[in-house]
Amino acid sequence: MNPRRKKRLSIALVIIIGLGTMTGLVLYALKQNIDLFYTPSQLVEGLGEDKVKPEIGQRLRIGGLVMPGTVTRNMEDLKVSFVLSDDNGGLVTLEYEGILPDLFREGQGIVAQGVLKSANVISASEVLAKHDEEYMPPEVAEAIKGIKHMKPEYGNETK
Amino acid sequence: MTDDEKKKKPLITADEKKKKQLMTRLIPLIVFLCVSAFLYIGLFRDATVLESTFIGRPVPEFALNDLVEPELQHDKSVLTGQPMLLNVWATWCPTCYAEHKYLNELAEDGVYIVGMNYKDERSKALRWLEELDNPYKISLYDPDGMLGLDLGVYGAPETFFIDSKGIIQFKHVGDINPRNWNGELKAIYEQLK
Amino acid sequence: MIPEIGHFSLIVATALSFLLAIYPLIGAKINHPGMINSAKPLAIMQFLLMSLSFAVLAYAFATDDFSVGYVATNSNSLLPIQYKISAVWGGHEGSLLLWSLTLAIWTAAVAVFSQGIPKVALARVLSVMGMIAIGFNLFILLTSNPFDRTLPYLPLDGNDLNPLLQDIGLIFHPPMLYMGYVGFSVAFAFAIAALMAGRLDSAWARWSRPWTLIAWVFLTSGIALGSWWAYYELGWGGWWFWDPVENSSFMPWLAGTALIHSLAVSEKRGVFKSWTVLLSISAFSLSLLGTFLVRSGVLVSVHAFASDPARGLFILAFLIAVVGGSLLLYAVKGSEIKSRGKYSLFSRETFLLMNNVLLIAALLVVLIGTLLPLVHKELGMGSISIGVPFFNNIFFYMIIPLAIALGVAPLLRWKKQEADLRPLFKQLAVCAVASIVLAVALPAIFADKIKIVAVVGFALAFWVIITSSLEVYIRATHRHSFVSGVTKLGRSHWAMVLGHVGLAMMLIGISATQNYKIEKDLRMLPGDEVVFADYLFEFERIGEANGSNYEGYKAVFNISKDGKFETVMKAEKRSYFAQRSMPMTEAAIDWGVTRDLYIALGEQLADDSWAIRIYYEPFIRFIWWGGLVMSIGGLLAVSDRRYRFVNKRVAKAQSLGQE
Repeated sequence: MNPRRKKRLSIALVIIIGLGTMTGLVLYALKQNIDLFYTPSQLVEGLGEDKVKPEIGQRLRIGGLVMPGTVTRNMEDLKVSFVLSDDNGGLVTLEYEGILPDLFREGQGIVAQGVLKSANVISASEVLAKHDEEYMPPEVAEAIKGIKHMKPEYGNETK
Repeated sequence: MTDDEKKKKPLITADEKKKKQLMTRLIPLIVFLCVSAFLYIGLFRDATVLESTFIGRPVPEFALNDLVEPELQHDKSVLTGQPMLLNVWATWCPTCYAEHKYLNELAEDGVYIVGMNYKDERSKALRWLEELDNPYKISLYDPDGMLGLDLGVYGAPETFFIDSKGIIQFKHVGDINPRNWNGELKAIYEQLK
Repeated sequence: MIPEIGHFSLIVATALSFLLAIYPLIGAKINHPGMINSAKPLAIMQFLLMSLSFAVLAYAFATDDFSVGYVATNSNSLLPIQYKISAVWGGHEGSLLLWSLTLAIWTAAVAVFSQGIPKVALARVLSVMGMIAIGFNLFILLTSNPFDRTLPYLPLDGNDLNPLLQDIGLIFHPPMLYMGYVGFSVAFAFAIAALMAGRLDSAWARWSRPWTLIAWVFLTSGIALGSWWAYYELGWGGWWFWDPVENSSFMPWLAGTALIHSLAVSEKRGVFKSWTVLLSISAFSLSLLGTFLVRSGVLVSVHAFASDPARGLFILAFLIAVVGGSLLLYAVKGSEIKSRGKYSLFSRETFLLMNNVLLIAALLVVLIGTLLPLVHKELGMGSISIGVPFFNNIFFYMIIPLAIALGVAPLLRWKKQEADLRPLFKQLAVCAVASIVLAVALPAIFADKIKIVAVVGFALAFWVIITSSLEVYIRATHRHSFVSGVTKLGRSHWAMVLGHVGLAMMLIGISATQNYKIEKDLRMLPGDEVVFADYLFEFERIGEANGSNYEGYKAVFNISKDGKFETVMKAEKRSYFAQRSMPMTEAAIDWGVTRDLYIALGEQLADDSWAIRIYYEPFIRFIWWGGLVMSIGGLLAVSDRRYRFVNKRVAKAQSLGQE
């Protein structure tokens, strides 16, 4: 093999190995970090046609409406639990410790990230309520009703 | 192998090489076009610009129970006789909540509004009306979205403008607020008369 | 009446951009001097009209002209004047106008400060920029006119600016970011013009380089500023969230960083030209993609603007026209790009190429992470989100080869290293050992636990700093004594050193905060005390604190360490009158070189106690200081003598040689 070929071959090898490692790494990291989105009903009944239910200990995201009257605060610390609902009857309890977002309130749509603790209890690591009073996560509206939710017009439309 | 052939061979490969190079340089373009295809679909995932095909047509036939009095059944006759708004709402819809206060004001100003509670639970809906006041002259209860389907409802809130002959003249998607009511919707409502 | 002047001058500016896009280009084609020379006055006129248009909108804000719809939705008579001005770009329409103005500024700047460039080449460049201006100006006029009136239903007062945006950081963040985004249009225009003319030489790289550097400086400082803003304004104590909006500014930055390096190689060595052209196109395309993602609402984000498919469609069409067109041009005309010059495997070229590849790989990772949820959903596989650890993990693995190569590359020679590599390897080995020792020592001093991930990060940072110092030393003592040698190093040399040291500082900050940050949510009554990372926090009292357009609470904390009083921290919670439903957290931050203390006030709980969130963030300032140092490096590179007055004689000789 002449030196030029050798050089090319080594460059090609480095690129292929590099690409391979990268792809492997990305796929692995993706597998670890893709969090499927559920609504309370989907969590209870299973997702999609196969009715796939998440396993206990699985990381997931859940979105729904905070059931009025279910928010209970622990008196000693910042532990809080509340029930998320959608209108298909699914009820899921969320447990969270920490400060709830400024916009968290009963009846509001929220999205939470967490780990499934038992069939319908989630230990949430993060609770999000968007900085928008009328905001309902589109995923929530869409998944709950199979239809789309409209954003209110004022504030972003000027016509 | 003759000298001629020797000369020809690299020529062909040079040509092929050029072609190959062109293909390589086309890769970014192809990748980009694939990405834009997904962006395009993503853009219209929320089909908020869909026009209702029911505008200019009479209200479809239906039979729905009353929200407040479950025994009472309504049909399309309740949507004829005078200009009115048919407001589609649900308790799971925060925008409806935002809109509700203004609907109360409109009702006080004498606007005739019929409510259609959409894919909702009766008990929740009744509690909502109790707490927030009831702007609706008649409240239809459409738990399965049957009429909603016939009307081409694809979101909440939505408001249909119906004239006295029971013909749908206009559909407003999204909430009604002082700005858009005074802007254009009021004029449309006036024209129904 | 005055708003109409703004609207009208915007229309005229749009007409001028049409002229600019067509006239000089035809002139360049048929070699008509008059048409070629028209590019400069057209560019300047366009800039003046855009400025007038923008000034009119700012005036409408300053005078509370709520008959203009955009003013009514984004301002309020109670708003302090500086926020009235920054509110001009607080919403969709105004920020687009700012974008267009920025483009006009860049176009005019290129027209005025490019004496060294042949007029024909300049005409083509300005024409390409005119084409981009057409797209944006039409976008504003057709879908998002900020001058639309609300007449006859004039609101009495405005909706107020989003309280999140009422902040000094947000006055500067968007203009900086836009200067960066739009600045890449210059590199783009140079690349396209060169492709059109079929002439890509090192002169092209030299013309394009200073512009690209300025754009990169703006983008770098814009992103750093945004990150700083998120840190102290959002009240989450974080500095980067891998949010789609952040990602869409990070992608052009990665492409731009690769581009400034690749341009350097193309200018000095005449190689990688095809790659450089592709990067020029990519950097600007990613800026446009970012705009699309933010404006169209395709991706759900914390700070997405109002979503509107009509606007999204316009930008998408524009995106396809600009990016698709230029990539097609690249595919067809690319064969004319010829790179001369050979280099061996162990040369500076190879290492720069390697870093370029790694930067692009990083870019692809961000792109995948940002767009995958969209693709996943379109394919009917359900809604997903990509967790932050995805980005963090991959970036951790990718920064390792990147930082190692970054340390080695400046020590290598262009083209080919001497046959005997042993002295170099010896030096590198010493540097490596020193970095690892320092990396273990640092956490041993300030923290009580040594974490491997953090040590790797610190080691990489020290590696970059030490090899950079070594390089400066070698370069300085090459012919002179160290002291006189150091003063003789060119500005662009210092630029490189600062750029790399800035990155190292960032690495220190990131490794320290990611691994040693302490965060705690507490329930506290006034009078309560808590010990936290060696600090004693005393919740002294809480009282009302009202401002001109908000009312709120202010909590006062006394901080002491080892029994000694350190400081008082005041955390606030505000509720703005116009948007009552959006309470805002104003965090209290006590900053320091080695650590920040951060207190955010949560909600009031049942028994007069409050939810309080406290953070201890070691070395977090290094992240933004690193960004600042990188930006200063970029500025130094631009101010290098080579670019100050592009050498007329050289340019003339070149243009004579090629015309």
